[in-house]
Order: sequence, then structure tokens, then C-alpha cells
Amino acid sequence: MDPPSSLKLLGSWADSHTHRVQLALKLKGLEFEYQEEDAINPSPALLLHNPVYKKVPVLLHSDRPVVESVVILQYIDETWADNPIMPADPFERAVARFWCHFAEDKLAPAVGAVFSSSGEGQKTAVDQVHDNLKLLERELRDGAFKGKRFFGGDKIGLLDIVLGCGSYWLAVFEEVMEVKLVDPGTFPVFHAWLKDFEEQNEVKETIPAIDKLLEYARGIRQMMLSLSNGTSTTAPAAAGTTSAINVAVDGRSG
Amino acid sequence: MGEVDTKGVVLLDFWVSPFGQRCRIALAEKGVEYEYREENLLGDKSPLLLESNPVYKKVPVLIHDGKPVCESLLIVQYIDEWWPHRAPLLPADPYARAHARFWADFIDKKVRPPYADASYVLWKLKGEGHSAAKEEFTGILKLLEGELGDKKYFAGDAFGFVDIALVPFVCWFYTYETYAGFSIEELTPKLVAWGKRCMERESVAKTLSDPHKVFEFVGVLKKRFGVE
Repeated sequence: MDPPSSLKLLGSWADSHTHRVQLALKLKGLEFEYQEEDAINPSPALLLHNPVYKKVPVLLHSDRPVVESVVILQYIDETWADNPIMPADPFERAVARFWCHFAEDKLAPAVGAVFSSSGEGQKTAVDQVHDNLKLLERELRDGAFKGKRFFGGDKIGLLDIVLGCGSYWLAVFEEVMEVKLVDPGTFPVFHAWLKDFEEQNEVKETIPAIDKLLEYARGIRQMMLSLSNGTSTTAPAAAGTTSAINVAVDGRSG
Repeated sequence: MGEVDTKGVVLLDFWVSPFGQRCRIALAEKGVEYEYREENLLGDKSPLLLESNPVYKKVPVLIHDGKPVCESLLIVQYIDEWWPHRAPLLPADPYARAHARFWADFIDKKVRPPYADASYVLWKLKGEGHSAAKEEFTGILKLLEGELGDKKYFAGDAFGFVDIALVPFVCWFYTYETYAGFSIEELTPKLVAWGKRCMERESVAKTLSDPHKVFEFVGVLKKRFGVE
């Protein structure tokens, strides 16, 4: 096992995928060097170590790159065995991975669409977020995660990290877009889990202050609205100004 | 557990699904006996499928002693972890595993059959949209060939996770070539050679569909969705 001082993370301060890796490293008690990357202007190091996607986060371990946040989390867990974040049982592992896939494939794009749309398109996007949250709520209440404090059990695990680092955007978008996304009445178990997660020390140390996130989101929303001249549109998050939100919410383009 | 366990393994699948074929190849490599149940992708979904995969309602689903596992690459990892002693599909070293997971994920995102999504444009569009799609697709194949290099398989000497992720698409090459008007062998000869090497394995040869049957199937889809 290499000394942890050989770890370096290329990330972006408002990027939820970067937060996932930071949180995992904290939970494992691992020290690392951090390099801030500009999504619009990637450094030579980023282009070198992630030539396929050219995005953060990239974890360098003794100068060898690991890319894609869920891949990185599993790499960290397999390399440093203390404080495991993956379940031991193969079926539980498959379930955790499945909901991580769901978070990236369905939930994150729906949340992103809320932010980048308006009018009828936004209503559709909000409905989709609710549909996706309903599936999670059901799983928490009656399904695979019934009776657990966190998705990982008594402690935060892979799925908590993946869902949790990103769920703060729900609160940010609720405020900036003036929509209700996580109504505690409709999603009581999810809401309770999220509050519990956000209270954990390591999480508080990782996620940026809400006012910084609000400021960031407002800035981007302003830019997007001025570009579209205020017309109602369901612009799915794509290149250009919305690439920043892509980085923030879902870490990839399209 | 750890031994080949033939009790209660059911695979809900569709004959031509490359995602289902990933699972079949993995099960064959491990020597696991299972019950194969055909779902009709062009018809109604069975109650068992809807119950086992309520989120996506798609094949493949592996049901092991009544517990469903969804998403083909997750199923393959599950198979590898549940039956670890024979034919390991992922490398032992964490860095090599991360590398394999990265490439399998890339393939999962970028190489899709026409009824899935993005590559559908290869069939659908004419003119500029068509050539843009073709360019994107050839770019992906070249990237994959670059990653393969001169190795026997993607991870080196051992057939594994990345090979399994990609190899079912080898029987789609004929269809892609016919519609897109290019020769994959000319474009990425190492990839084609790799495909042939994989076909020498019984697990792959017995699983992949006849390329002409795949082509016929796409013809059926086109009629069904009124594409020309």
C-alpha cells in the first residue's frame, strides 16, 4: 500500500462528482493534494490524464490516473480497506451500483433539466424529478434500504456519497427556480436521509457553503436567460453556458 | 457459495440483445447453469420482467434465488463476484480493475444497438446527420482499437470484462457496414482480429447471433418504426 501523500485530485469546486471523491478520501482518512480546474479551460494535466472525456474529477495515485467518479470511489475502497464504503455482499453491491447508475442516468439529467428550462418544459422536468424521487423513496421505505439509516447501513456508503453529493443542488434549484423539488410531505424518508447526511462532519467539510452555490447557480441562470432572450424553451443541458451546470450536476456533456 | 451453484439462476433476455449476450457469455465462462427466458422486445413485457426491473423495465435481468440484478455490466460483475474461483473476469489489481471498469463504462455509453438510442441515427438520418453519426462511430471504434493495441484481449492475455462488454457488438458489424457504407476491417483491422479471436472461445461462439439474422432484425425494426 502506497503512502497516501502520493494522492492528487484534479477537481472543480462546484462539481458534485469532485465532491464525491473528496468525501470518500476524507471518510478513509486519506490526505491528498488538490488542484482546481476550470471546466471551460482544462489544464494540460487534465487533458493528459483524461484524454477521453477531458473532465474532472481525476484522481492521480502515484501519477497514475483513475477517471469517472464511481470508478474512482471503488478504486479508493479496494486500495484502502479500512472504513469500507462498498457492502461486502455481492447482491448488495449490485443494488448499490444499480442506484448509482440510476442517479447518473435518470435523476441527475432530470435535475439539470429543471435548471436549464422554463415554462412548460420546466414543469415536465420537475415532474420527472418527482417520478425519480418517488422510486428512491419507495426503495428507502419498503425496498432494499428499508429500516436503514443510510443507504450504506449505519454508516455512509457508496450510494450515500453518490446521491448525497449532488442532492444539495435540489435545494439550490428550489430557491433559484422557485420550484418545490423535495417536499418533506411527499418524500419524508428521502428528506430525512438527506438532512442526516448533510449533518455528518465529513460532509459539512466537503460541500461548499450554500450561499456560494446559490450565487454560482444564479450567475449561470442569468447567463442562460439572457442568451435565450427569455423565450420558453426546454433546452436540455448541452454545450456552452450550460456546460458549467453539466459539470456541477452531472459531470459530463450529454 | 464459491462453487458452481446451479440453483435458481434465471436470465430474462431477448435473443439479439447485446446486453443480454454479455450476461450469457459471463455465465458460460463461469460454467453456471441457468434458465433462459425469452422476452419479446417487440411485444408485451412479462409480469416477471416488470416486477424484477420496475425502474427500467428492460432486459437483461438476472434473478438469483429470487433476487433480481439489473444492468448488464452490473450483472457481469455480480456473476464474477458470486462465482470468483473460476475464470475471473476482472483483474485482481485495483488499478487494473479501475481501468477495466472505465473502458466497459465507455463502451456501455458509446456503443449502442439501433433500438437503444444514439447509434440509431446511423440508420435513420440521411445526408449530413448521417455522415456526422458515421464519423462519431468510426471515432469510437478507432479509440477502442487504440486501447486494444497489439494485446490479445483488452486486459492482456486473459479474456475479461472489457472484452465481454464489447464482443456482442461484433455480430452487428455486418449491419453497421451495410448501412453506413464502410468496411470496419479496413478501418480498425486489429479490432476485427480481436473479434475473431474472441469467437474462438466457446462462450462467445455459442452466444453471438448470426450477423445476417441481426441484419434481418434491423430490417424488421425499420419497418416497425417506419424508418427509411
